Amino acid sequence: MYRSHVLVCGGTGCTSSGSQQIIDTLKREIKAAGLENEIEVVKTGCFGLCALGPIMIVYPEGTFYSMVQEKDIPEIVSEHLVKGRIVSRLVYDETVTENGIKSLQDTAFYSKQNRVALRNCGVISPENIEEYIGTGGYEALGKVLTEMTPDEVIQTILDSGLRGRGGGGFPTGMKWKLARNIVPNADQKYVCCNADEGDPGAFMDRSVLEGDPHVVLEAMAIAGYAIGANQGYIYVRAEYPIAVKRLEIAINQAREYGMLGKDIFGTGFDFDIGLRLGAGAFVCGEETALMTSIEGNRGEPRPRPPFPAEKGLFGKPTILNNVETYANIPRIILNGAEWFSSMGTEKSKGTKVFALGGKIKNTGLVEIPMGTTLRTVIEEIGGGIPNGKKFKAAQTGGPSGGCIPAEHYDIPIDYDNLISIGSMMGSGGLIVMDEDNCMVDIAKFFLAFTVDESCGKCTPCRIGTKRLYEMLDKITKGQGTLEDLDKIEELCYYIKNNSLCGLGQTAPNPVLSTLRYFRDEYIAHVVDKTCPAGVCKDLLKYSIDPDKCRGCTLCARKCPASAISGTVKQPHVIDQDKCVKCGACMETCKFGAISKN
Amino acid sequence: MKSLEELKAIKDKMQSTIDLRHEDPAATKVIVAMGTCGIASGAREVLNAFAEAVAENGITKNVMVSQSGCIGLCENEPVAEVISPGKDKVTYGHLTPQKAKEIVQKHLIGGTVVDEYRI
Ligand SMILES: Cc1cc2nc3c(=O)[nH]c(=O)nc-3n(C[C@H](O)[C@H](O)[C@H](O)COP(=O)(O)O)c2cc1C
Ligand code: SF4
Ligand code: SF4
Ligand code: FES
Repeated sequence: MYRSHVLVCGGTGCTSSGSQQIIDTLKREIKAAGLENEIEVVKTGCFGLCALGPIMIVYPEGTFYSMVQEKDIPEIVSEHLVKGRIVSRLVYDETVTENGIKSLQDTAFYSKQNRVALRNCGVISPENIEEYIGTGGYEALGKVLTEMTPDEVIQTILDSGLRGRGGGGFPTGMKWKLARNIVPNADQKYVCCNADEGDPGAFMDRSVLEGDPHVVLEAMAIAGYAIGANQGYIYVRAEYPIAVKRLEIAINQAREYGMLGKDIFGTGFDFDIGLRLGAGAFVCGEETALMTSIEGNRGEPRPRPPFPAEKGLFGKPTILNNVETYANIPRIILNGAEWFSSMGTEKSKGTKVFALGGKIKNTGLVEIPMGTTLRTVIEEIGGGIPNGKKFKAAQTGGPSGGCIPAEHYDIPIDYDNLISIGSMMGSGGLIVMDEDNCMVDIAKFFLAFTVDESCGKCTPCRIGTKRLYEMLDKITKGQGTLEDLDKIEELCYYIKNNSLCGLGQTAPNPVLSTLRYFRDEYIAHVVDKTCPAGVCKDLLKYSIDPDKCRGCTLCARKCPASAISGTVKQPHVIDQDKCVKCGACMETCKFGAISKN
Repeated sequence: MKSLEELKAIKDKMQSTIDLRHEDPAATKVIVAMGTCGIASGAREVLNAFAEAVAENGITKNVMVSQSGCIGLCENEPVAEVISPGKDKVTYGHLTPQKAKEIVQKHLIGGTVVDEYRI
């Protein structure tokens, strides 16, 4: 019996800022204070506020400490844990009010969130199946096996309105129904989980696996029962070592407790799960490539149809769902389809997890009801854009998606709204850009990613994206023409229409959407040969205003290229041929005499 | 292989652990003062007795047992406050683990303030 729990984040973010050392020191100090039988230290998954890591929370008070350092631990133990005095200087400042400390649930970051898929992340130890069971874990599996027919399970998922969280938004219940019925009397079927998460900047699935791995196992077993499969595979990238380790532990514990294996709950239903590690190719997140990879072959897509529901893994009927999709399933079974469909918008039910990144204060993980506006996500939950800069656009859907410009700041986020403005929900990466981001450069960045990741199987994608990249590169170097803009657009549609798989079909999206909303920026690059955001180096010119320059020589001494000349107390000048546009001089000048344009 | 009953048993066993990590504004709070004087006169044993009795009686969902610094009632230590939403705060003093268990039974479960331990 522990009277108090200290939860320390063991997610990837906090682990990289030293949370394991904090846990070790904490345990040592607690022991030294003779409290080891009263206070339990629990390593959890991600709390979401990764920017403020390492995170620690002390229950029952619910005191939220952020940016905790190893050297702070003795004070937390002697003051808070022994004497009940909260160490206020380490408390997350948003929870500090005039009248003391308010609950984390009441902070701007958490109050607008609704945690369904992330409900156990940062609450339980992912390495202890009993904690998962304590939150109602495996009850849904027990319920479907003993009280529901497979068709009833599928109907519940259909009624809930759950759509795939991996990007496409296909209705999950429909997918299950097809896999159940399309091939009568199939001798073998499979349930797969897509934990490849290749979208740069996205870490929603990783956080679920690190924080609550059992929810995925339970959901896969439920899916197995629903479609008539007894084998599952989780395809997870090897670059997620913490997630892989926790999955291994979870699978072993689930087998030990009889939640996986033969005759689950004595109902005669068998189900087991194997892990398959991917090497981190983006294309392996595409469903047919993923299955090809599990089969032991090179991860290349194949044409559809046949769809996996008919001929998937090893040629057998297969369903593939995303990690977050699965994370919703057990709650839908326990709380009912109506509970789930009461959240969200007409055609997008439930919640969605987003990984906030880029120019935003609270970089981290949030889960919001569908239909929340982008403004709420960025300004309220995300804490706004740092340094008083202006919001310019947000990229959703990563390299397959598009940008949402300021004019759509108040759009309720759901599948259909995002498509209608030329972006997409994607798997949940949300990168915020401010006035200092150049949209041509952004498009080029994502395209560079797809050029690298194209598997090369089909020509439109392999060669088309490369040519597209070259044209964008030309523009950022000031060598583009207006004609190029038309050619770019034409090539975009060609690639979209002729590529074999989703990678190629969506690769042009970042280009098309920036062209749609920020054409003037492209034109500035092409016609005026300037980069309005001041990002594209070849279009920048640093110059010194002779009226403001006092001849202090600071810039000349700082310049790595020796491009600045001038005598003391006389205005200095920059030799444009030598200048490498590093910007060092501008930062150094105390008189604001140097500008770029 | 576990049966559904065994699953339920594990869940019940873990209930107090999971409840401890939920902040419920409607919960009654028992706050034991843990200043130096309090600790010297046995506040930790009292704190643990409260926590154990609340768990043993299965009322962790409605009652949160926590600690605070010294509240300035040193001559009455060990001291605990019981704060129920919408009710007056009740302060108990000169506590022992035994008295703590009694307060859990009579006040927190039975709903009757234990006047003789009040200060
Ligand atoms: C190039 C490419 C990469 C993809 N990467 C992922 C991924 O990392 N994770 C994921 O869940 N789905 C990914 N998808 C979508 C999957 O193909 C598939 O639609 C999804 O896993 C289905 O699950 P859901 O219906 O639950 O969303 C990707 C698709 C494409 C075309
Ligand atoms: S579209 Fe690209 S990634 Fe997909 S099969 Fe063709 S070359 Fe490979
Ligand atoms: S931008 Fe860099 S290279 Fe150019 S003049 Fe300034 S310091 Fe020198
Ligand atoms: S990894 Fe610790 S809060 Fe996200």
